[in-house]
Amino acid sequence: MIGAELFPNGIARYLIGGLLIGGGAAVIYLATGIIAGASTFLESTLSYVSGVPRFNRLPHVTSRDWRVVFTLGIVLGAGVYALLWQGGAWTTEVQWWRLLGGGILVGVGTRLGKGCTSGHGVCGVGSLSQTSIVNVATFMAIAIGTAQLVQAVGVSP
Amino acid sequence: MSDRGPAFYLAILVGGLIFGFGLAYSHMARPEVVLAFLQFEDLGLLFVMGGAAVVTGIVFTLATNTLDHAPITGKEYVRRVKSFDRNVVVGGVVFGAGWGLSGICPGAAYASVGIGNWPILWAVAGMFLGAYAQGRLRSRMADSSAGPATAD
Repeated sequence: MIGAELFPNGIARYLIGGLLIGGGAAVIYLATGIIAGASTFLESTLSYVSGVPRFNRLPHVTSRDWRVVFTLGIVLGAGVYALLWQGGAWTTEVQWWRLLGGGILVGVGTRLGKGCTSGHGVCGVGSLSQTSIVNVATFMAIAIGTAQLVQAVGVSP
Repeated sequence: MSDRGPAFYLAILVGGLIFGFGLAYSHMARPEVVLAFLQFEDLGLLFVMGGAAVVTGIVFTLATNTLDHAPITGKEYVRRVKSFDRNVVVGGVVFGAGWGLSGICPGAAYASVGIGNWPILWAVAGMFLGAYAQGRLRSRMADSSAGPATAD
């Protein structure tokens, strides 16, 4: 049996959720051939309102509409879960400055590193891409170090 | 584009719905759960990312080997392989620091909005700010290395 100390909430919710995440990416891939990542939305959406050349490169401008639809789908799909399983809204206790500061770093890092947890982590690793595996190993190691450091200096949550 | 009619956007929407539902169901849309994983208090997140990568791995392999073109777009099935350079590592370091500080990544942040977690808008705002800052900086650097500056 798997140790209860490593998995205090069991593994079913994690495994089922993970299979669904992969399934969502698979539906898009099989229907359209597109490998969907979540972080390019940040840049492609900026092309609607900014003239900065980086955001207005052809791959961003030609994909920005479906990326908005994909993101709306993610929000709505999670909303269905909240209504039917969660019993309404859930809010985090993590402090606002961690969310904002972490968000800024995530915005810089995912765009510089060509992908995030879904692009590199799910689709890239699923493609056995060495670039993605290096990126995932890097962000995983740094994230573990950062989270433990923040916890060690007494910030919670 | 001509290949992007209602069927195309419907497929994207349905895929997004399943993807977002999965993020919420797995609890990865909650920063606390990601932080608990990174602090080794609950390793369940391994099954979220592992389970998702196994599904995409199987589907990508089958599609690239046995099917030719996607029905809606006519696009050829390919794997996700991006070129490697220093930015892949530098970006991974910066993203990792942000993920470890906040417990949030882009897809999970969108799903977190969906579960009613309004404070996550701090993180969404931060991600746009970060993406804007790096885009502006990189466009500037590309300009200066390419000779005369162009208006932006």
